[in-house]
Amino acid sequence: MSRVSVFARLTFREASRRRILIVALLLGLVFLGLYALGFYMMRRNFLEDSTTRSPVILNEMSNFILMAGLYAVNFLTVMMAVLTSVDTISGEISSGTIHTLVSKPIRRSEVYLGKWLGFIFLLTLYLILMVGGVIGIVKWIAGYAPPNLLFGVGLLWLNAVLLLSVSMLGGTWLSTLANGVLVFGLYGIAFIGGWMEQFGAFFHNQTAVNVGILASLIMPTESLWRRAAYEMQSPLTSALGGFTPFSSVSVPSPAMIAYAGIYILAVLILGLRAFSRRDL
Amino acid sequence: MNQPSPDLAIETHGLRKVFGEKVAVEDLTLEVRRGEVFGFLGPNGAGKTTSVKMLLGLVSPTAGEARVMGYPLDEPAARKKVGFLPEHFRFHDWLTAQEFLELHGELYGLTRDDRRQRAVEMLDLVGLGGFAGQRLRTFSKGMLQRVGLAQALINRPELVFLDEPTSGLDPVGRLRVRDIIRNLREQGTTVFLNSHLLSEVEITCDRVAFINRGKVVRISALKGLMDGGITLEVHAHGLTPPILAGLARWSQDVRADGESLTLTIEGEGEIAAINRYLVEQGVEVYALCPQHVSLEDLFVQVIGTEGVL
Repeated sequence: MSRVSVFARLTFREASRRRILIVALLLGLVFLGLYALGFYMMRRNFLEDSTTRSPVILNEMSNFILMAGLYAVNFLTVMMAVLTSVDTISGEISSGTIHTLVSKPIRRSEVYLGKWLGFIFLLTLYLILMVGGVIGIVKWIAGYAPPNLLFGVGLLWLNAVLLLSVSMLGGTWLSTLANGVLVFGLYGIAFIGGWMEQFGAFFHNQTAVNVGILASLIMPTESLWRRAAYEMQSPLTSALGGFTPFSSVSVPSPAMIAYAGIYILAVLILGLRAFSRRDL
Repeated sequence: MNQPSPDLAIETHGLRKVFGEKVAVEDLTLEVRRGEVFGFLGPNGAGKTTSVKMLLGLVSPTAGEARVMGYPLDEPAARKKVGFLPEHFRFHDWLTAQEFLELHGELYGLTRDDRRQRAVEMLDLVGLGGFAGQRLRTFSKGMLQRVGLAQALINRPELVFLDEPTSGLDPVGRLRVRDIIRNLREQGTTVFLNSHLLSEVEITCDRVAFINRGKVVRISALKGLMDGGITLEVHAHGLTPPILAGLARWSQDVRADGESLTLTIEGEGEIAAINRYLVEQGVEVYALCPQHVSLEDLFVQVIGTEGVL
């Protein structure tokens, strides 16, 4: 287990040395600054207008802006998960840095697992910064907090871990570029599938819903986001069946969350096996 | 395979690797004794690097059996007392030399204090003592190769694989590596040296294996090889036919041309006897020059010049 932690720490140190951490931190702070400014200005408009000054409307507005912020954070975290890890296996194989590492008295699974955990640590920090920032800003300016916060953020975290796992698996047999194409291609399928399911549910078209579910089975990222959105959106939006990118009409079931969990585990095991067996 | 032999650092039997259609290593069968410096020679594409990679667990053999330090290849313990400097040395260049060596020491399971101290010692050994705090990104090719050698020795290995260890070095660097190999042998470390610099192999190795088209074609002790073929060149005045005929007791192959004479003898011990004989016969001897058969001659003889990639 100690070897696993060596690679976890090495992964974190690499992100720090190659200035990934500092760039992500600075741009994250810029994002949060703009977000706070925009939210503050909008809320001031709402407060000045007598028709929108009611607490119910203000709360709905806060929730809507909060969900828009989390939608952006989810997307940024997904990008972080893929971009930081897409090269970690294939890059070390093609450059040859892997040779002196795995010829040590260690198991290859320790290298793979260590990297995986190191990236999870990195993504967790990023998510805490960004989600904490968005929620903190809304709470500070409007005094509003969404329902089911921890569970919802947990789903966003699971989403990042899922994409990380897929990107590391792809790296065991594809070049870095091909791997990037694969992971974002799968993400695109999940994205468009999610929308088809939404439209299908809205217009009562079962075929479209089924296609959407199929896409979610291939890649459950979008359904994780929509369940997270469902958990954190205001009860009023849920009751009205609001149809925005940041909310959910057709709600992925808890079974879909369990499926995503199993999916992550399966992808991790496949990656460990593929990396342990391939010639380097 | 039989019980592991305590005298052998490496033993392989019928080790084979096929990549798709291509046979990279057809049949690697050899034994490397503990404590010897073993040269592994062959033309480009003969399967040298793939062989080394199999022995280090980087590539899994298609068939055959092997033990390294008494352990089967798929056991991490086989690599516990083993060091490796790859041919295409590339390392995490965002680490400093000290961090890099400490990391690799940690992977070998050295304690914190031990790896810290070993890193300093190894940097001194390879002549990079003043560069501990510099990032590898700023290193030249030769410096990277040296720090790679330091990495291969950090765990006090009992067996070291060196794949073209001097390819990026200048003559001074090469001499230093030669000294390091000599010291390793004195300490009883087994060295598996993969090099195409034959003069280097000739100086450092106890035995050599020639590999061609994925097969071991010959394994020879270098000392015996050299003893077996000395050509002696003699420059002298007064070489008469009867005197030349008298040389037949040392050599069947005597060629005379005026005042110069070439003969093939069995060992250096005979040179003195030949000198005494010539002087006693009244010949004025100006020079006696023994010429060893070079490893290069032998390489060409064993591998041939055809079919080399």
